[in-house]
Amino acid sequence: MPQLKESPSQTAGPYVHIGCTPQMAGLEARAMGPQLGERMVLGSPTGDRITLDLHVFDGAGDAVTDALIEIWQPTPQGQFTGDDQFCNWGRQATDLTSGQAVFQTLKPGAPVGQAPHILVWIVARGIGLGLTTRIYFPDEDNADDPVLALAGDRAATLIARKTAGGYAHAVHLQGPSETVFFDV
Amino acid sequence: MDDTPFAPRDFSVHPPPLWPDYRSTHLRAPQQPLLQMPQTQTEMTGPTFGHAALGPLDSDLIVNYAAAGQSAQGPRILVHGKLLDGQGRAVPGKLIEVWQANAGGRYRHVNDGYLAPLDDNFGGCGRCITAPDGSFAFRTVQPGPYPWPNGGNDWRPAHIHFSVFGDGFAQRLITQMYFEGDPHIARCPIAQSIPDAAALDRLVARLDMDRTVAMDIRAYRFDIVLRGRQATVFENKPQGT
Ligand SMILES: [Fe+2]
Repeated sequence: MPQLKESPSQTAGPYVHIGCTPQMAGLEARAMGPQLGERMVLGSPTGDRITLDLHVFDGAGDAVTDALIEIWQPTPQGQFTGDDQFCNWGRQATDLTSGQAVFQTLKPGAPVGQAPHILVWIVARGIGLGLTTRIYFPDEDNADDPVLALAGDRAATLIARKTAGGYAHAVHLQGPSETVFFDV
Repeated sequence: MDDTPFAPRDFSVHPPPLWPDYRSTHLRAPQQPLLQMPQTQTEMTGPTFGHAALGPLDSDLIVNYAAAGQSAQGPRILVHGKLLDGQGRAVPGKLIEVWQANAGGRYRHVNDGYLAPLDDNFGGCGRCITAPDGSFAFRTVQPGPYPWPNGGNDWRPAHIHFSVFGDGFAQRLITQMYFEGDPHIARCPIAQSIPDAAALDRLVARLDMDRTVAMDIRAYRFDIVLRGRQATVFENKPQGT
């Protein structure tokens, strides 16, 4: 079998919204299907509804206002297969002014052999290859998670903060509190 | 689901995080190396999309934003190719999304203030699901090159942005397609951030006269390769024992 090399990655650029979150680009009048990934809670699924409030910061401490964030997570039962009530995948752009990205989702359960977590994938202008990180929860037992353990003394950069309605998390692209990004 | 893990990522084909000639990387490139981790179920799985998620005109950018009876301005092109995995096998049923500037190099975006005018009949967003043989096709207009703020007299080669899903999130890819013969490719710090000239060349679509329709539309061929899986290990059992 021939081995083909992966196509090279290129930055999503500052106009990623046109393709991935079209209404943020002012394309609301377009005659296309619905925006994908906007809603994760589709019906009345079993589980705890949470608001996940994300920010991405650059090396100067400024909020990144042109990032696209995708999340992929298990159901509250720890499964990666959703149904007509819940979609395990969500996609939001950071707000063009504030840099905030808000996901309405369900608190994930623990997949086999891992603590509850959410995969986070970030692309933006200035990012040549999408960055993969994770979010863990401060109110879960993370002691035996094999991935979090690899992060050692930087593990705190992967743990969200509890808020009134769910969790908040800041991703730092560079600097002293730089988030752990994975080579998966 | 295929449980074979993905092969380790070959970073020699991808831009490094920091590329000094591309100014936006300066404050956005992580300074720590990526932390290697074993693949888990989280990275081996990913979302699936059906045709029901798309509208009937999603793959036709010539008309999907146009008024009734109108079409977008610019050279009409058919962009087509195959989505393949690392073993060269077709990857069917995957979502591909594209976005691009119009024929004048202007994006329909609140943050794009370039001099070139918007086209009332062009939005610049397209989507499709790969066919059973891994093929995909978009009808669109050839985008124009455009200037961008990078500290100098920088112009992007004409390009179409591509977002591609695979079987697992470890294969998720965003890239750009360029056009054969564009002199801006050699001058573009974003294209040139790809460390391997042969790898960059695989992002350059070729004029395809076989699919070009006389008196209608020119075709460009662009194949996309997703990260492959680890080679299957066969037990080498002697015959007849
Ligand atoms: Fe672009």
